[in-house]
Amino acid sequence: MADVELHNIVKTYNKGKVKAVNDVSFSVNEGELFGLIGADGAGKTSIFRILTTLLLPDSGNASVSGFDVIKDYKNIRSSVGYMPGKFSLYQDLSVEENLNFFASVFNTSVKENYDLIKDIYVQIEPFKDRRAGKLSGGMKQKLALCCALIHRPKVLFLDEPTTGVDTVSRKEFWEMLKRLKQQGITILVSTPYMDEATLCERIALIQNGKILSIDTPDEIVKQFPENLFAVKANDMSKLLNDLRKNNEIKTCNAFGEFHHITFQNDNENSHNELIHILQKANHQNIELKHITPSIEDCFIKLMN
Amino acid sequence: MKQFLTFVRKEFYHVFRDKKTLLMLFGLPIVQIVLFGFALTNEIKNSKIVICDYAKDEATQQIINKIEASQNFDIQKTLFSHRQIEEAFKAGNIKLAIIFPANFNNDLSHLHQAQVQIIADASDPNTANTLTNYATAIIMDYQQELMKNNVVPFRIVPEIRMLYNPELKGATNFVPGVMALVLMLVCVMMTSVSIVREKENGTMEVLLVSPFNPFLVIIAKAIPYLLLSIVNLSVILILSVTLLDMPINGSISLLFAESILLIITALSLGLLISNVAQSQQAAMLISLMGMLVPTMLFTGFMFPIENMPVPLQVICNIIPAKWYYTIVKSIMIKGLGFSAIWKETLVLFGMTVFLLVVSFKKFKTRLV
Repeated sequence: MADVELHNIVKTYNKGKVKAVNDVSFSVNEGELFGLIGADGAGKTSIFRILTTLLLPDSGNASVSGFDVIKDYKNIRSSVGYMPGKFSLYQDLSVEENLNFFASVFNTSVKENYDLIKDIYVQIEPFKDRRAGKLSGGMKQKLALCCALIHRPKVLFLDEPTTGVDTVSRKEFWEMLKRLKQQGITILVSTPYMDEATLCERIALIQNGKILSIDTPDEIVKQFPENLFAVKANDMSKLLNDLRKNNEIKTCNAFGEFHHITFQNDNENSHNELIHILQKANHQNIELKHITPSIEDCFIKLMN
Repeated sequence: MKQFLTFVRKEFYHVFRDKKTLLMLFGLPIVQIVLFGFALTNEIKNSKIVICDYAKDEATQQIINKIEASQNFDIQKTLFSHRQIEEAFKAGNIKLAIIFPANFNNDLSHLHQAQVQIIADASDPNTANTLTNYATAIIMDYQQELMKNNVVPFRIVPEIRMLYNPELKGATNFVPGVMALVLMLVCVMMTSVSIVREKENGTMEVLLVSPFNPFLVIIAKAIPYLLLSIVNLSVILILSVTLLDMPINGSISLLFAESILLIITALSLGLLISNVAQSQQAAMLISLMGMLVPTMLFTGFMFPIENMPVPLQVICNIIPAKWYYTIVKSIMIKGLGFSAIWKETLVLFGMTVFLLVVSFKKFKTRLV
């Protein structure tokens, strides 16, 4: 059964001039870890705010746990957990005071649901008397997650929980999400980091308010229509220029250590031909290998 | 209920942990009272004057003694010729000159009429006016003393009596004004800023997505400021009674009740501002411009409302502080009871209800 459903949701700002969410439909199953992947300004936060009843959609309808986001907004508000993108706890209250406050706002106590947050809370417990504003970025996120979980929500909305958090904390954070999923909580998470997409069960790629594709990360990768190759040489910026000038190359994108390319006519000949041309152009230590595309490759492909 | 109390406690944490706000909350009224009480008073003390006495007789000497004894005047010099007066004014710091003609006492005892000339530096008309009044009062005073001792023919002496404030003390006028000012400022600004802060920090977003009733958020926010304002009010009253010899002739509990009514008016106004303002700065600016300036200008404690053109007098009526100012003056200075101020109270009450209804109607249970 779907816990979160959106049908043709449209949201505009500035009296219709800016289209933030453009006819978006998707659904999240009960107990699923669903990722909304997209760059900044893609419309992720608007979708979250519509689902958490903070914004009204221009058209379309949506429901969370079977409650309509417009009519039954009060029911939604008492049953979901929401963690906004910006750290939104009281900076001048201590860790413990924040947690106690949010527990009583949701008519519960820390004791009652301690088992749910225990794993996360033990990590920040040594700092429980510290003001929330003085915590590090990773700690803040953990505290915010604890506060969002304190009332044992059925659905958890996490808007860019890992933005501005270091790599280690990010990894820890995703492990926490996996454990929460095992408790049967439906989780909708958004992130601009493509590498985090594979950690979700299903993802929706979103760009300029439109959904590009919805599927499991594996399926999205499988749907990549061509063979993808990675090229490397000593002078990477010259290599990029040369590759882009070459008519045999269909697409070429810089990807850190390698440039990812696809060929117009994908066969052994064209590969050898390319290496030959590059050698002629004085490139050294040329390396060309076949790779499986990443989510980011798929995203770029879908964007064009 | 437990929910609500936790919320109120949280608000107290916010207030007490923000040292700057706390300083402003309690420093402001003290500074205002001290400033208005000592520095910005409209009483004029120790103004430098010169006296030119051609008579040098018993009568003029007695008047001069009286002037010397007065706190308002400080006799700088006694001149021998009126030609020096112009020079003395030009030299700058002389505000007033008093000239007694020759045969002053003679005229007074035989003709029952004598003249004295008072020349004031009217480049500052208000000061000149006040000073000539002081001087006239002293001379009148002397004249009355004479009447007591001598059997002089019947004559009409204009009697000036200052009702309620016989010593023309400035404090009686401005303490009610400062009370209105401080209560308006603290309550309006603090509530609007603290609600907008929740919006700005994003905590409002989290609070909205909770079963907590948004109206309770607002009421919980108002309670600490209500209590703090009452503390503030007590501080102002204690200061003005002990430091400025301000009387409280009426009922103190009635004074507090009326003050609480104004505080609630101010809190609802703050709430209304917080609905409109998107940032703490904007909230602060609106409350300052919308509260401080009109309260200073239009309550009548700085500029008499009677002197204003009719359109401004109409504006005065929509300023809550104006009504409160009248109420406080009636209670504190005139010692009147509720029967004398029920009209003003009703107006203030009406404003409060109106503001509360509008701000609750405008309160957004969603973002934007």
